[in-house]
Amino acid sequence: MSTTVADLHDHHEDHGPAKGIGRWLFSTNHKDIGTMYLVFSLTMLFVGGAMALVIRSELAIPGLQFVHPEFFNSMTTMHALIMVFGAVMPAFVGLANWMIPLMIGAPDMALPRMNNWSFWILPVAFSILLSTLFMPGGAPASGWTMYPPLVLQTGNAFPFLIFSIHLMGISSIMGAINVIVTIINMRAPEMTLLKMPMFVWTWLITAYLLLAVMPVLAGAVTMLLTDQFFGTSFFLAAGGGDPVMFQHIFWFFGHPEVYIMILPAFGVVSEIIPTFSRKPLFGHDSMVYAAASIAFLSFIVWAHHMFTVGMPLTGQMFFMFATMLIAVPTGVKVFNWVATMWRGAMTFETPMLFSLAFVFLFTIGGFSGLMLAAAPADIQYHDTYFVVAHFHYVLVPGSIFAIMAAVYYWLPKWTGHMYNETLGKAHFWASTIFVNLTFFPMHFLGLAGMPRRIPDYSTQFTDFNTVASIGAIGFGLSQLIFVWVLVTAYRGEKALDRVWEGSHGLEWTVPSPAPYHTFDTPPKARIANEAFE
Amino acid sequence: MIRRSFLSLLALGFASTVKADWALNMPTGITDLSVETYNIHMLVFWWCVAIGIVVFGVMIVSLFRHRKSQGVKPATFSHSTTAEVIWTIIPVVILMLIAIPVAETMIKLEDSRDPDMSIVVTAYQWKWHYKYQDEGIAFYSSLAPSSRDARRKQSGVDPNGVDNYLREVDRPLVVPRDAKVRLLLTSNDVVHSWYVPELAIKKDTIPGIVNEAWFKAKEVGTYRGQCAELCGKDHGYMPIVVEVVEPDAFQAWVDARKEGAPKVASSQ
Repeated sequence: MSTTVADLHDHHEDHGPAKGIGRWLFSTNHKDIGTMYLVFSLTMLFVGGAMALVIRSELAIPGLQFVHPEFFNSMTTMHALIMVFGAVMPAFVGLANWMIPLMIGAPDMALPRMNNWSFWILPVAFSILLSTLFMPGGAPASGWTMYPPLVLQTGNAFPFLIFSIHLMGISSIMGAINVIVTIINMRAPEMTLLKMPMFVWTWLITAYLLLAVMPVLAGAVTMLLTDQFFGTSFFLAAGGGDPVMFQHIFWFFGHPEVYIMILPAFGVVSEIIPTFSRKPLFGHDSMVYAAASIAFLSFIVWAHHMFTVGMPLTGQMFFMFATMLIAVPTGVKVFNWVATMWRGAMTFETPMLFSLAFVFLFTIGGFSGLMLAAAPADIQYHDTYFVVAHFHYVLVPGSIFAIMAAVYYWLPKWTGHMYNETLGKAHFWASTIFVNLTFFPMHFLGLAGMPRRIPDYSTQFTDFNTVASIGAIGFGLSQLIFVWVLVTAYRGEKALDRVWEGSHGLEWTVPSPAPYHTFDTPPKARIANEAFE
Repeated sequence: MIRRSFLSLLALGFASTVKADWALNMPTGITDLSVETYNIHMLVFWWCVAIGIVVFGVMIVSLFRHRKSQGVKPATFSHSTTAEVIWTIIPVVILMLIAIPVAETMIKLEDSRDPDMSIVVTAYQWKWHYKYQDEGIAFYSSLAPSSRDARRKQSGVDPNGVDNYLREVDRPLVVPRDAKVRLLLTSNDVVHSWYVPELAIKKDTIPGIVNEAWFKAKEVGTYRGQCAELCGKDHGYMPIVVEVVEPDAFQAWVDARKEGAPKVASSQ
């Protein structure tokens, strides 16, 4: 056995990546797979973004100018499915793949072949989903929430919708298993759990959430499938079923899902702010407990998406109080970030700019979330643009900005070159101004009574809609600056190993660009040096 | 960017019942409970403003003072159990202060006992049906013809020239002022939702389930709402219009409908 191991090791000494397409199709390398996830996610961001522009173009002024209502509903549905499952989640998985092994001193993920499958399922799943745009009956148009009975009115696209969601779920579950096994088993010897960086911690917690809830989504959509084709009546009243039960099952998945989309963002920001403040993260252990509390609480709040279904009073009270409670650990995290900055020595490179905007704007999204938690007020906000404003604030200047911050932060480690800082700042300011122009007016539209998911509206809603549409076009165009930054990523000056002066962590102890294989042997003394304490 | 959002938040508080195009806030509405709902909304909002001022204030001060370019040397502190305890307990206390009035309002919202009248609301793709249980009248309520013609894709009609574009119906729901009206809500096909902002009512209409809501309108007038749950292609085209009239005017309307309408099955 040992001779075989030694032989393999010798062959790997100067073994670089394979040549040609095989390198990517059959990759078992966490860096290559991470890159593929990130490129895929950026592509999906533009596909979903194009759909958003169709939506905002139609809503720019009253009257129906460009699309039929059915197609408009397909656009809102597909926009959400693509962004949630194709842009945000794969981006965080890509960051996890690239950075978790580097941050814990592991040579790769625990299950490299399963890692490959986790990625390659996604292009297949999304080809199937996007192909429904060309089917009779059109793409799914019942909202990404797929409520029955409406979703059962979907045309030929229906089984393809269900199948593609199953595929996405399998990809996420396998990815989550990989993350957990890697983190639990492959940390460098001195790295005890509470010494792990926050990005690794938040991903560990996120992975457990994924394992818990993706199967629930799979169950929910399978029940839709059997109701449609196999004579069951899970959600059909005529057969003794209950449409509201779907909502319970879906949101039992759906609420932890949104924390799946934000916890890694918290982790990213907890890496970046200390670096650019040149000061340790304030309350590291507290941050871990807060993230774990958020994850636990996320399981017991789901029915705050259902305050108008006719829930008994006791149910409403419970879900309202539990939802309000989530504000506590979330607030703790915000206070800890501010305390990290306080009396630091800050500089404002692009990753820091995106992280600071995250703290400001995610907090605003959190405030509208607290308002939504108050059940009587939610009667007025539910299914209006107030909700749309809330979740876009936490997802766009929340999750998406954190992803961009992470890319700017770690790009020099990946490519070995500094990106163009001027362009990065331009991308940041343009994105921030336009994202607020797009989504802030939606608070007012919701308060004034404009419902969601409508292709046309009463004329008193015109002005804010026009502003939002202008913002959306601006935001979309701003992302082209990001593409240009990435395309010219190799032109800048060579990056140091420790790209950023104030950074700590094992990833900064390997060369830039990171070699194809890193930490073939576990790091030892470096752990102590890299810790702040 | 930050200042703009801030000023907007402040302005929101000062523009309470503006009905013009740049309306910034929720209507206070025409029932006691719609006013209570508005007050809950403003209570939570002001708490958020207060917390925002503190948190963002500290952040902004830090962003200016604690820069490397100012020549500061970074501190090294990294934790404080006292701070963690304080900024955990204070939010919990704030939440409890909010929770009490909110719970009181919720209990009142559920109390639909002793109504003066009951109306069965049935949602269809894509119109509403109203049946007055005691008065023995029933009718469908659909998008008004003026809006129906203007809404078509590239119809050539300017929506700004249509009265109450997309919020007008052919037959409104007429109710008397100061009567406790109980609504029994259901659907014939998919999930819809009956939503009138000025009554502070939004209730899902679900096939196979009868939901309940109630209101007591204090002011005469016309109040408009829309379907608030995606229900298919014309989800945006099934508005609701509630006309609150004086009790004698209501009786006259009922009598007129009874005479004019074909015989309807009496309420069961």
